[in-house]
Amino acid sequence: MNQKQSPLVVRLLKSFGMFWWDFLVGDTPELFAAVLVIIGAVAVARIVFQENALAIVLLPLLAILALTVSIRRAQRAARK
Amino acid sequence: MFAATSVSSGVIVLVGAVFLACAVEMVEALTIVLAVGHTRGWRSALEGTVVALVALAALVAVFGPALVHVPLSVLRLVVGGILLIFGMQWLRKAILRSSGLKAKHDEDAIYQETVAELEAVSNRPDRDRIAFVMAFKGVFLEGLEVVITVLTLGTSAHRLGLAVVTAGVAIVLVGIVGAIVAKQLSSVPENAMKMGVGILLVSYGTFWVGEGLKVTWPGNDGALALFVGLYAVISWLLITLIRPSRSIIESEVSA
Repeated sequence: MNQKQSPLVVRLLKSFGMFWWDFLVGDTPELFAAVLVIIGAVAVARIVFQENALAIVLLPLLAILALTVSIRRAQRAARK
Repeated sequence: MFAATSVSSGVIVLVGAVFLACAVEMVEALTIVLAVGHTRGWRSALEGTVVALVALAALVAVFGPALVHVPLSVLRLVVGGILLIFGMQWLRKAILRSSGLKAKHDEDAIYQETVAELEAVSNRPDRDRIAFVMAFKGVFLEGLEVVITVLTLGTSAHRLGLAVVTAGVAIVLVGIVGAIVAKQLSSVPENAMKMGVGILLVSYGTFWVGEGLKVTWPGNDGALALFVGLYAVISWLLITLIRPSRSIIESEVSA
């Protein structure tokens, strides 16, 4: 049975969504999740608690932590 | 004097990030176009390239002016988030490759794979649809990453013109060098360039996320230079830490 092809707009939207999914999430969903956590944590420190110094330290520190965790994850996968 | 120093460090990081990112993507696109051109003929390969470039220019024309109207703090937060993700992905890949845990990107292998794929299709009509599609896809997909990098970095820094000119220079330079060395694109130190881009994008991402959340950085734009140094040291440490030691390699070889 021939499957009915989706309308062009639907296909374009699907391709657009797939591109951004691959671009931002891809094979490192932990980095995507980490950046959401970083933004949330820094927003709480800066906007809720008005702590500029804490935000200055927290932002790069969490980015380094996320990168290290992701690399350790890849390292464990490579050893298997 | 301090203001001049901090402005110039922001500009240097912007130019460096855009130039390196565009050069790396251009090497990847050029490898595919050269493989298509050498195997299936230049006419369709060049047509695919030109159509892809026109499509990319249309995207810049549509989304470039639209981005200017987004409130700056929102734009910087979103762009910063995207750059942090994108930069960490690049940096992670470059660190894994430098430490030997991941195979290095081999332009020669990509060239050979593309050639083998194209040679498997024997008929070669005057207007070659397969060559056109492969060249278009290669240039469009790699170019899309260039467009995103240029638009996000350029608009957030209020220096879209400078970002576009830098990208143009990188693309033309790599194009000229690529045309001269033809099949020897593997000699380009791509992993080192990717490492540099990763460090610069993560630095910019950190900076813009902070700016978007009203963080006041010490030294304003000068903080960018500090981030570049910090992430460079962290990258070196990570490579050193995860690189398999000589004793492990020797024990695995003797086993």
